[in-house]
Formats: sequence, structure tokens, C-alpha cells
Amino acid sequence: MDFTLDKKHEMARQLFREFAQNEVKPMAQEIDETEQFPRENVEKMMKYGFMGIPIPKEYGGQGCDVLTYVMCVEELSKVCGTTGVIVSAHTSLCCDPILTYGTEEQKQKFLVPLASGKKLGAFALTEPGAGTDAQGAQCRADEDGDSWVLNGSKCFITNGKEADVYIVFAVTDIVEDAKGRKSKKFSAFIVEKDTPGFTFGTKEKKMGIRASSTYELIFQDCRIPKENLLGARGKGFGIAMHTLDGGRIGIAAQALGIGEGSIDATIEFVKERKQFGRPIAAFQNTAFQLADMKARMDAAKYLVYNAACTKDVYTQDHKTSYSIEAAEAKLFAAEAAMAVTTKAVQLHGGYGYTREYDVERMMRDAKITEIYEGTSEVQRLVISGAMLK
Amino acid sequence: MSLEEYKGVAIFAQQVDNKLSSIAFELIGKAHELAADLGTDVTAVVLGKDIAGLADKLGEYGADKVVLIDDPALETYRTEPYAQALTAYINEYKPEIMLVGATAIGRDLGPTVSARVKTGLTADCTSLEIGDFPLVAREGQEQKHNQLLMTRPAFGGNTIATIACPDNRPQMATVRPGVMQKLPKEAGRKAEVINFNPEIKENNRFVEILNIVKNVTNTVDIMDAKILVSGGRGVGSPENFKLLEDLAEVLGGTVSCSRAVVDSGWKPKDLQVGQTGKTVRPNVYFAIGISGAIQHTAGMEESDIIIAINKDETAPIFDVADYGIVGDLNKIVPALTEALKAELAAQN
Amino acid sequence: MNIVVCIKQVPDTKGGVKFNPDGTLDRASMLAIMNPDDKAGLEAALRIKDETGAKVTVLTMGLPKADDMLREALAMGADEAVLVTDRRLGGADTWATSSTVAAAVKKLDYDLIITGRQAIDGDTAQVGPQIAEHLALPVISYAEDIKVEGNSVIVKRQYEDRYHEVKAQMPCLITALSELNEPRYMTPGGIFDAYDKEVTVWGRDDLTDLDDANIGLAGSPTKIAKASDKVRKGAGEKVSLDPKESVEYIMNKLKEKHVI
Repeated sequence: MDFTLDKKHEMARQLFREFAQNEVKPMAQEIDETEQFPRENVEKMMKYGFMGIPIPKEYGGQGCDVLTYVMCVEELSKVCGTTGVIVSAHTSLCCDPILTYGTEEQKQKFLVPLASGKKLGAFALTEPGAGTDAQGAQCRADEDGDSWVLNGSKCFITNGKEADVYIVFAVTDIVEDAKGRKSKKFSAFIVEKDTPGFTFGTKEKKMGIRASSTYELIFQDCRIPKENLLGARGKGFGIAMHTLDGGRIGIAAQALGIGEGSIDATIEFVKERKQFGRPIAAFQNTAFQLADMKARMDAAKYLVYNAACTKDVYTQDHKTSYSIEAAEAKLFAAEAAMAVTTKAVQLHGGYGYTREYDVERMMRDAKITEIYEGTSEVQRLVISGAMLK
Repeated sequence: MSLEEYKGVAIFAQQVDNKLSSIAFELIGKAHELAADLGTDVTAVVLGKDIAGLADKLGEYGADKVVLIDDPALETYRTEPYAQALTAYINEYKPEIMLVGATAIGRDLGPTVSARVKTGLTADCTSLEIGDFPLVAREGQEQKHNQLLMTRPAFGGNTIATIACPDNRPQMATVRPGVMQKLPKEAGRKAEVINFNPEIKENNRFVEILNIVKNVTNTVDIMDAKILVSGGRGVGSPENFKLLEDLAEVLGGTVSCSRAVVDSGWKPKDLQVGQTGKTVRPNVYFAIGISGAIQHTAGMEESDIIIAINKDETAPIFDVADYGIVGDLNKIVPALTEALKAELAAQN
Repeated sequence: MNIVVCIKQVPDTKGGVKFNPDGTLDRASMLAIMNPDDKAGLEAALRIKDETGAKVTVLTMGLPKADDMLREALAMGADEAVLVTDRRLGGADTWATSSTVAAAVKKLDYDLIITGRQAIDGDTAQVGPQIAEHLALPVISYAEDIKVEGNSVIVKRQYEDRYHEVKAQMPCLITALSELNEPRYMTPGGIFDAYDKEVTVWGRDDLTDLDDANIGLAGSPTKIAKASDKVRKGAGEKVSLDPKESVEYIMNKLKEKHVI
């Protein structure tokens, strides 16, 4: 086992770090305050290929691997969790399912502009009545001639109002098993912004990742062409779960970055802040707390990189499962980020509770990583389910 | 080449718009010291068009000889005709030392000419003296006397190197403006004036000047200011520089700034102090809201008195300041301006 | 059109300069970066490439580890990279460096050569004009703006209090200021491609049009007599007072020093 990065990955990290420091960090506090989607930086990321890192070049991407993509989300999240999730939702939840399940025509029409940075993507699964329990879903799609007609709504959608292309899941069939129990069958659809009947509802006011555009999507007799069905009819649930396995690696990387970023900020602070005539870094409590924080985030890092590398194997052989690795990475990294950012705030004392210091925002941003794309409880279900089967 | 053939100290007396640059007199001042050590004289070389009138002033400031190369091709600085002229001067008159200002002209002309005459060139010198090379005699190596020892900062001002050019002539250096002292003017002192015509030939290396655009600023050159009130990013906004301008006005000083301020577009480049800006050494330097990165301090640490005001007590500017005040510039600077007004009014 | 951009790997002195306890420079802690003026020169070349499809070759003389910097240039969009490295070339001053680089450039096709104005380690600004001299090319130093027009370049040449708009026939050499532009970032895919590319490596013996008398330490007319790290001026007094007391403090010092 070799845990060292090769030169190209090192240089890629250097690139992401420079971009994060120069472009993203100066905006992070402000966009949190104003809840303004960082359009300008997203356009820069589009220009520099950050929006299609693991997608093959033939589909407009950069032809790199999942590990490189993960380092991008990590470095961005070190300074701004919002920017990290914009890239993650776009790449893992919109580009990836089209790459995996799309027809060649769909890839050319949708993936190429997404991965080459001309369009932004989003993923719409959650509904007001259906989060962890997918069977509660109400949004449906009915076949009508050459179209599918969508009706219903989706909520908490990342990149909500800013995206151009959406992967939307809707109930297309209800089947009965031998015992007469009914269950809903889902299908996945590619929906473009400005399709008649597709509008936006309320914007969520959130605790963290406040500049991420989180919206409700509303479909009222929204007619989409038949060829926009992604994958086979009725296979939507599997597509959603498989997509979320990948998405969890992105969110795990976001959590990793947020936790690491809070350590960076804390190191800077404890060297400067003086109490009892010396910098608080000189107190053993501070030093030991920092050591624990570092060890915890490093452990998270190896789980996240392991999940990324496992998905890279899947990219090659199309069969290796990375579901457990992704669940473990997300579970551990999210909880580590929450714990570490909380400690970071504590080490900042009263300053850490004010918005003048980044750790206050990082602690709020960390919380969402334990919730979205499968709560920590769902990750435990996934992991233990495989253990006990 | 016989090194002994080379005699005398020459300086390139830069003129722009037929007005001698201050560096010309600074170089004469230093050349005088060097020439005294060597028992030789100082020649100022002027290139331009219709420049005969400049010779008197060079004599008054200490040049023993003035060589004029007057040619229409030299009216405005261009590398090739200037390089031809100065090269011809060196080949004809064979000075042992040739000093050029480290200006935007000199740092182009110097390297071109030194390569053309195949000698060494030391850039951006801050100190020049005559001495031995090697500094200390070493067995198996001839120690040469009466060498030009050229000292210059490198590495963003973090290192200092002393360099010699023992085997080639002339020994060439570009010299940082504002560092050497000019001699006091001696009215009526005359230099021997020599007109030299090297016949400049147009070739493929001539460039065409399409346009000359002068910066419209009417401020005092910060390098000449006795008191500088310098602001950094900590000043907060271009508008807030008014506080510094008020302070400068009451002290008869000039406002300058750090690179961050220029990069933010708050102030023009010619007010920038530091490694990539100007080197200043006023009697008093106020560093206000300047953190004091090495690039900045490299350009101002020779100031006689440095007074720093910064709210960040860990700012590196306090490491070079004679007097450091940790506090809010928005409160301190206006109050200081008022106190100075009152004090100066009382003195009158 | 062929553009050769000469670049140098330098220690990063920007902001990150650290000192040892004895006041000398802590070189080991500094990152090796592409010299900022050179990076601006590369960006200028890449913009010409974006417009005209010119081929951009980057050339450096340095240690083998300068390979990293060349990969960075490739990842930004340069087409080819050449590393001139040989122990015999070490210790070169600007004369020997420019002689060597000029000999390497002669082996390449070029219409335009761009160098940075100066490197942040040496700050000499000499190598660019001296390369032009060895190649007998027109030189325009201190470029703030570069435009290509047919067979000519039109450059804004910076001076202290003005600029000249200057036109030169290609082939010619331009030295670039960092103010020229904001260099682009690499792209992730560009980085992966850069490591799949071949960097041309030339040693002393590959440079045939170069006299031994003009290379390395021995071929350098200037010799270092003494070098030392500058020990920074010590800190003076530092006070933390309320605004009124601060003003009194400064007034007293100005009086003490006879400024007022």
C-alpha cells in the first residue's frame, strides 16, 4: 500500500490550493453573510476545468480521476464549504449519472456542456414528504405521446436556481408484489432549466453553506422529451442510490476540507492570541487539542482517499463496489468535521463565536455534512447492512 | 585585452527631454570618490540631441570631462542607437569603470552594452568602493589591487553580495538611484568638453517609437522627499488617504504607499516604496497601516527615523520601526495632524 | 509563429521569507516557484497563442528539479519545454547565463522571444537584454502590453514617468513586467497531460554554438567577493497607548529628533 501522492496529484493540489487561497478565500466570509451564490468564482472554476475533473476528455471533461476531484473539493472546502458543495453536487450528482447511465446522445447533448464548464448541474431527489424514506415520494412522471409529463415538487436542491441541467427522479410506475404490497417505481429524467412548467419555489434560509443556492423545484405539467429519460424506466431508485454512493465521496471531501480548514485557522489564531502573557499555543491543552484534531482529520483523509481510489477502480472495471467505502468516508469525515470545528471554535474562545473569525462559519458549514446525501444514520445502515447480511 | 589600457571613471549621464536626471549627479558624486582612490578623473558621457547645454551643469557637480555624443538618432531613448553610442565611447576612450544608473533606461542600456563589449555588469548596486580581489589574499590566486568592489542586495533585499570584475574592462555597474550622494554645486567649475561622433548606423535592431505618453502626476518624486507619509492596505480605502495627505501637508512631506495600495488601484505606481517600487531614505518615514513585508522594508529601512502605526501588534513593520505605535490609525493620524498644527502655530 | 519563453525557477520571496534565529535567510523553507515576471511573459505568449495559434516553447536553464516548473508551464498551455541543465553551467553570472540561453535558443525556431524583466532572487534585469545582444535581435524591455501585428510587435515600454509605444520587427526579444497581465491557472487535465509529455533535456554538449570560455563560473566576468545574508535592522520601541497618548508620544519623539 502506498499512501504517497504522485507528482501530478501534488501539482493538482497545489493548483486547487492556490485557486482557493487567491479567489475563494477572500469571498468566503462575505458570501456567507449575504447568501449570494458565488457566480463569478463558479465561472472561473468552469473556465479552469474544475467542473469536469473526473469526466473523460471525450465528454468535455479533464480526464483526471476521482482522487483529483476529491482534492479539489477538499481544498476549496478548506476555505469555503459553499464552494466545495457547488462543485460536488455538479460533478457527482449530475455529471456522473449521465456518464454512467446516459446514452451517447445524452452525453453529447448534456454531459459535454456540463463537464466543459458551459453549464451547471443539479440533482433533485428529496421531496417534502420523502427524504431518507424514498417511498414517500409524490413527484410523478406520466407518459404522453413523445413526452413525459412531470408533476410534483422537490426540495432542498443544491445549485437549485443556478443550475442549467437537473437530474430529477419521479414515480413512473406502481407495482404490486405477490403478496399484493404496492411499491413505487422511479425513473430518472434530465430536465433543462426554462422548460415550461418548471419553476422555483422558496429559497431555503440555512444555518450553513449559506451561499449555496438551495431551492424548491416545482413541476406543473412540465413536459420533457422522451429521450430525456436517463437509464431504464423503473430503474431510477438504483440510479439514485448508485449516484449517491459517488456523491458521498464528494461530501466526505467537503467535510474533510472544512475540518482541515478549521485547524489551519486555529493554528494561526493560537500563535497570535496571548493570554497570561504568552500565546495560547504555548499551553499544553491547546497543543493536545490540536493534535487530536489533526489525527482525526488525517484518519478521515485516508478514508476519503480510499473511497476515491476505489471508485477509480470502478471507473476501470465497472464492477467494483465503492458503496461501503463511500459510506464510511462520509460518516467518519462528517462527524470528524463537526467535532473538530466545534473544538476550533472552543480554542478561539469568545472570538470563535463571532463572525469575524472563519471557524464560526466552518462549524455551521460542517453540520450539513452529517445530514445531506444520506444522514450519518443512513451511512450506518449502509455499513451495518453489509456487515450483517 | 590589456587591462592597463583602461583608465578613468566614466558615468552615463542620463538625460530625458534634454534634462539631466538626478542619478547623473549621484553617479558623479560616487565616481569622484572612486577616482580619488585611483588617482584618476571623472568623465560624464551624455547621449542625446542638442545637448551641448548640459555640459556646464555636469562640470559644476564635479565632472572633470564631459563627452557629448550629439546625434538625431539619440533624441529619445532607444536601446540600439544608445548602445552603439556608449559602446563606441567605451572602445574609443577605454574607461576602467563605467557607471550607469539603475533606471528603466540604464537597466536596459547597461546589460546590452556590457554584453556588446564583453565585460561583467553588476546590477543595482548600493555601495561601490575600491579594494582588493580577493578581499583576502589566497595562496595560488593573484590578489588584484584597485578593483571596483560592487555591493548589491539580492533575494528581495535579504542578502548582500559584493562583486568584482577582475579580468574584464571596463568594470560596469548599474547604481540604484537615491543611494549615492551628489556633490555640492560648485558654481563656475568647468569640465573639459569633448564632442565625440561615433556615426550611429541604422540596422534591423532599431525600433520605432509610435507614441510617448507621460504620466500625468504633479506630485513630488517620493525619492526626493524629506518626510514621507506612507500608507498601506490598512488605510482601508483610497478616500481614507486624505488623513495621510493632511498629515503630510502639515509636515511639508509627501504621501507614498506600499505595493498592496498600488495593486488595489488606490495610488499610482510612482508613489510605491519597496523592492518593486522606489528606494527611499527620507529623514522621517511614517508607515501607516503597512504590515511591512520584506519587499516593502527593503525600500525604506534606510530611512533615518521610521515611525509605524498599525493596529496589528505582530506586524513585521514593528521589527524595523524606530518608534512603533500599536493603535487605530483612524484615531491617531487626525489627532496627530491637529497636534502638529497647534505646535507649529505656537512656534511661529 | 514560434514563441520561445525563457523562464526561471526561483525561491518564493513573496511574503513567505523566513529567517533563522541568527538573522540569516531560511532558504530551505521557501517554495520553488516560476519567477513572477517570467510567468507574466508566459501568459503574454499564451494569449498570442490563443489569438493566432502560435506555438509556445518554454526554456529554462537550471537544476533538474526545474522540471516541475516546466510541467507547470505545459499545464498552463505551453506546447513544448526545454530544460538546459549541466553541472558545467553552474555558477554562471548574467553574461554566462545569457550566452548559454542564447545558444539553446539558437537550436529552436523563434519569431518572438519573451523573458521576464528580472528574477526575484537576483533582481538584475540583465539576462533578457543580453540574450538579445548575443542573438543580435531588437530588444524591448519593461513591456506593459504586447500586441502582434503582422510581422511586428507593438509594445508599451514602461519608464519611470511615462511609457513609449514601440514597434519592432520580428524576430525580436521582449522582457515582460508582472504588471503585464494576470497569469492563468493551470487546468487539472493540463497537469495530467503535462506529466505525459516529454521535456527535452539538453546538457552542455548539446549546445554546440557555445564557447567554453563563456559558460559557468569560469566563464563569468563577475566574481563574488563576499556574500552574506542581511541581518535585519533591529526593532526599536513599540508602545500600545490610547490615541491621545500615542499622539503625545509621537510629538515627543519628533521634538527629540528635531523634526519639529
